[in-house]
Amino acid sequence: MSTTDLPDQRVIEFDVRTDEMLVNMGPQHPSTHGVLRLLLRTDGEVVHEVTPHIGYLHRCAEKVGENISGPQWIPYTDRMDYLAAMNMNLGLSLTFEKLLGMEVPPKAMTLRLIICELGRIASHLMGMGAYGLDLGSFTPFLYAFREREVILDLFEEVCGARLTYSYVTIGGVTHDLPRHIPFPPGLATLTGHQPGVTIDWSDAVRIFLDWLDDRIREYHILLTRNSIFIQRTAGLGVLSADMAISHGCTGPVLRGSGVSFDLRRDGEPIYTRMYDGYQFDVSYAPFRPEDHVPREVVVGDNWCRFFVRMQEVCESIRLVRQGLDAYPQAEGGYRLPFRMTTRLPVGEAYLETEAPRGQMGFYIVGDGQPEPMRARAKSSSFCHLSVIPPLCAGVLLGDIPSIVGSLDVVMGEVDR
Amino acid sequence: MTPAEIHQRLLNEFGPEVILHLHDAGIDPWIEVAPPEIARVCHFLKQTPDLGFDTLSNLTGVDYLEPDPKLQAKFPYSPHIEVVYHLFSLTQRHQLVVKVKLPRWRDDVPGKLPAVPSVTGVWAIADWHEREAYDLIGIEFLGHPNLVRILCADDWVGHPLRKDYEMPLEYHGIRGR
Repeated sequence: MSTTDLPDQRVIEFDVRTDEMLVNMGPQHPSTHGVLRLLLRTDGEVVHEVTPHIGYLHRCAEKVGENISGPQWIPYTDRMDYLAAMNMNLGLSLTFEKLLGMEVPPKAMTLRLIICELGRIASHLMGMGAYGLDLGSFTPFLYAFREREVILDLFEEVCGARLTYSYVTIGGVTHDLPRHIPFPPGLATLTGHQPGVTIDWSDAVRIFLDWLDDRIREYHILLTRNSIFIQRTAGLGVLSADMAISHGCTGPVLRGSGVSFDLRRDGEPIYTRMYDGYQFDVSYAPFRPEDHVPREVVVGDNWCRFFVRMQEVCESIRLVRQGLDAYPQAEGGYRLPFRMTTRLPVGEAYLETEAPRGQMGFYIVGDGQPEPMRARAKSSSFCHLSVIPPLCAGVLLGDIPSIVGSLDVVMGEVDR
Repeated sequence: MTPAEIHQRLLNEFGPEVILHLHDAGIDPWIEVAPPEIARVCHFLKQTPDLGFDTLSNLTGVDYLEPDPKLQAKFPYSPHIEVVYHLFSLTQRHQLVVKVKLPRWRDDVPGKLPAVPSVTGVWAIADWHEREAYDLIGIEFLGHPNLVRILCADDWVGHPLRKDYEMPLEYHGIRGR
């Protein structure tokens, strides 16, 4: 039956109007990156209001931190941002060092730089892969995992763990870099080397970085310049610089909105001296002319946030190479002694470091006991989530995963 | 600007009844502000161009109390609660710590939460940080648009980061210990 048979078409239009509906997205929805629950108020396909509900992964990390000493709390920071555990360890260690007035030797700083920048690469690869997955493209995810696997193999040779390292610790790092390791099997398969041959750890990293350099170009073809990807990300979820600053957004989200700020360059001296003498660029929207940004892209949209992360991978590769070159000449030991029973001074210290997801802040208050009186972890993902309600109002339901994914939140860090 | 200069700026603007002390002996110098005026002071800190504190890096509460009677004699602080604001200026590239001291309970009646004006109108992120401080430490933020728990469940009882907090024995049939 065609609609023309009916007496008045306007009646039909009135009858099929859509009602407002409450949709629960999560906490187990795959594209919410963990246990995030979004309560959506939708009218048809248009989302009017988004209310994030968090706390499903709350593990009382701050309360635990008040009852144990600093070195004992380091494993808990692993489990906050479990995709960049090295960088979280570093944030806490530096805060304790700031409180205690410790100065780690140059060798420990070089080691930390190599390890943390490798951690940043692994984290951004994961962020890139998972973002592709959110947008329905499965392939980059597999490639990203393949590459990340090699970094995990290399980390395993350094500290024995693959995900929760607790490697960077107060006063330095727990072990020196291993001299000779068996060639990581994953890397051997990818680069056509003989597996099981003994190789220097830093040489293995260099082989990996040389190989990864070429892969970045492939990711750009696969994802960054893919027209479907551009249509689903460009011009969407536009976060203005003012809004980003007011909502406390940091890291790639802030830089994607056009603010050139990176704590590795602009942070406190206790952190930036790690990067003294190293060459690296801070990438931020609207990018350089040679980056050939697609025409549809607006500063502060999903594509910009994604592209900042991709650029940071390249910068981290540069940094790791420089670190590996500097490492043999670096002076001092890899660690200063620090006892678990060392009493903290009466006082407090707050320090933010540039973790892959944004600025991770730790606030430690000491009262003369080995256990801090207050151990606070300020997470960047927490702040990024708070921007979802204004960012998602008025978009289509299908664009929610695109916006949430571009913020690249890790719920372990949000809920602590 | 150094914290001492900022302190002087604030003193000239608000007077010594509002801007209490500058503590610059520690690692991060901090300025103590009278609790009822914190929102006004924060608004001034953000809006004045040469101060320009456009970022609220961190907002949290600290419960200064030593519940263990054996350790109380050595405890260097008197019992109180502090709300700590870590500010940063992207334009001026300087930072500042502002603190507000509150009693542990309003009018010393256990259960009545101490109250301080909300700074949600100054920085949007304060909304969530204040909800967390309310949830975990038990500080009421006056004028907050939606002061409900954020990390704990809505029907949770008590504020877990209080030093004298007792873990509940049972929650919806789940044994506490």
